[in-house]
Amino acid sequence: MSGEPAAPSGQAAALLRRAERWQLWEIALWIIAVAMIFVMPSHMLILTEIAILALLAVSLDLILGYAGIVSLGHAAFFGLGAYSAGLFAKFAITEPVTGLLFAGAVSGVFGLATSFLVLRGSDLTRLMTTFGVAMLLAEVVNQTGWLTGGADGLSGVTVTPILGLFEFDLWGRTGYIYSLIVLMAVVFISRRIVNSPYGLSLKAIKRNPTRAAMLGISPNRRIVVIYTIAAVFAGMAGALLTQTTSFVSPDALAFHRSADVLLVLVIGGAGYLYGGILGAVIFTILRDWLSVITPQYWMFWIGLILIVIVMVGRERVTRWQALLPGSAANREAKARAAALAAARDAA
Amino acid sequence: MIPALETRNLTKRFGSFVATSDVSLSVRPGARHALIGPNGAGKTTLINLLTGVFAANSGQILLGGEDITALPAHARVRRGLSRTFQINQLFADMTPLDSVMLAIGEREGHGRLGWRPLSADRVVADEAAALLERFRLADVMGSATTLLPYGKQRLLEIALAIATRPRVLLLDEPAAGVPEEERHEVLGIVRDLPADVTVVLIEHDMDLVFSFADRISVLVGGALFAEGTVAEISGDARVKAIYLGEDA
Repeated sequence: MSGEPAAPSGQAAALLRRAERWQLWEIALWIIAVAMIFVMPSHMLILTEIAILALLAVSLDLILGYAGIVSLGHAAFFGLGAYSAGLFAKFAITEPVTGLLFAGAVSGVFGLATSFLVLRGSDLTRLMTTFGVAMLLAEVVNQTGWLTGGADGLSGVTVTPILGLFEFDLWGRTGYIYSLIVLMAVVFISRRIVNSPYGLSLKAIKRNPTRAAMLGISPNRRIVVIYTIAAVFAGMAGALLTQTTSFVSPDALAFHRSADVLLVLVIGGAGYLYGGILGAVIFTILRDWLSVITPQYWMFWIGLILIVIVMVGRERVTRWQALLPGSAANREAKARAAALAAARDAA
Repeated sequence: MIPALETRNLTKRFGSFVATSDVSLSVRPGARHALIGPNGAGKTTLINLLTGVFAANSGQILLGGEDITALPAHARVRRGLSRTFQINQLFADMTPLDSVMLAIGEREGHGRLGWRPLSADRVVADEAAALLERFRLADVMGSATTLLPYGKQRLLEIALAIATRPRVLLLDEPAAGVPEEERHEVLGIVRDLPADVTVVLIEHDMDLVFSFADRISVLVGGALFAEGTVAEISGDARVKAIYLGEDA
């Protein structure tokens, strides 16, 4: 805004536009992710791993960071997507994009069906029900060995070139580009969702459900919708893992995967979509690095880091984006500090 | 004439404690109806019953003649029953602009899953800006709600309720806790509420009640104790003894 003080409606429009604008650090992040294809051609596999974990974390952020639903069973959707994509490639169509959409759809239906379990209850009951659903699914996979390969995993998954054009290569270059494009598409869609009036209603339900109801918002329907969408995205992440490795391991449904992705969000920060991406980068690099220097004790260090993060104060540590130049959160933090200082001066 | 809001033999028990006892209340359309009573008389419980925060044990609630007793809170709001809270219930780190946009957008049914960004809702944004200006919040529309002075937060509390475009508005101590110098702003807004909106006011401040209300109901121990015009209630010796006696 420049010059004359704008009329309230102009001011409102400007504020709303500013909140939705692509920020410098966002653009920089995507440029770096694309540049990695050329900068680190020998690290495509770990970059693919990061992109898939980031996708899973972004999907968890939609329900945790925006709708305020804690889940300790998000791997259920990831694993279901992984197995759906594997079985679909084995018995139906081997083209990956079709398989990706199929896996997303299957996972989404499962998300819709189980969303009703997270509508009521406290955080603790939600943790337990989501955890329970993931355990049930893991056991189903384990017991249906004739179909899923049981504990040995599902092998013999054939993946043909993407859209019949781009073949997966030995170095994982195609796999990374494919995963990155899916991640970008999902973040773009999620960005639209959280910046829409619907996204605003989710934030309101999370912050103050009592008041949200008193504005005529029915929280249940909103939660069911976002839970289903998050399940679709998590299923796609699972499908990416299957398609880039041509194998599905029961590990896709393991408890530690649900815990890891929660940890990723704690590291990266929830409620601004990019926490999942930053968290996935930090988590994966950290795990890789620690498992090289202390192969037997890396979990110890991860645990220690987790404790430090929580003790030092999530608020400060996890708002990474506030530290980045040109971010709205940065400006906001400065304005907040200035207002507090002014209040102190006045007192 | 159909009352704007009516309760019939409304009762609410918490265990053996009767918080609302057989309350039959009738509020005519366009009224400025005050609900008074000593602390613990069950005023806020009654509001919670009316708005669906609590379910009544027995009795009926009618809004414009329609039975809303079984409806959930959000459905009552959609039918035109809105409230403010005695203790602010705001979205702490959201801006007043976002909060009001939310309230108006929900009223218009824009809150379902959609692709359009918030900023594309120009009609809603314009209405939000006008409402914020009317409530003297235009200059702070972009800052976090928690950073606003308490009086401004109270104004936002009322603005959110008004944004739902209620037929009946329940104000639970709108000026509670507001510092003296910000008080006239809040009271001015309350006095200037649209005449076609029926207002039920819970208030401890008798000056405000007597200057604002055209009808007063007195609650004591969860039950309706007296009802009448301002002159009748202020001249009622029993009310004075039970309620006003405390303040005098």
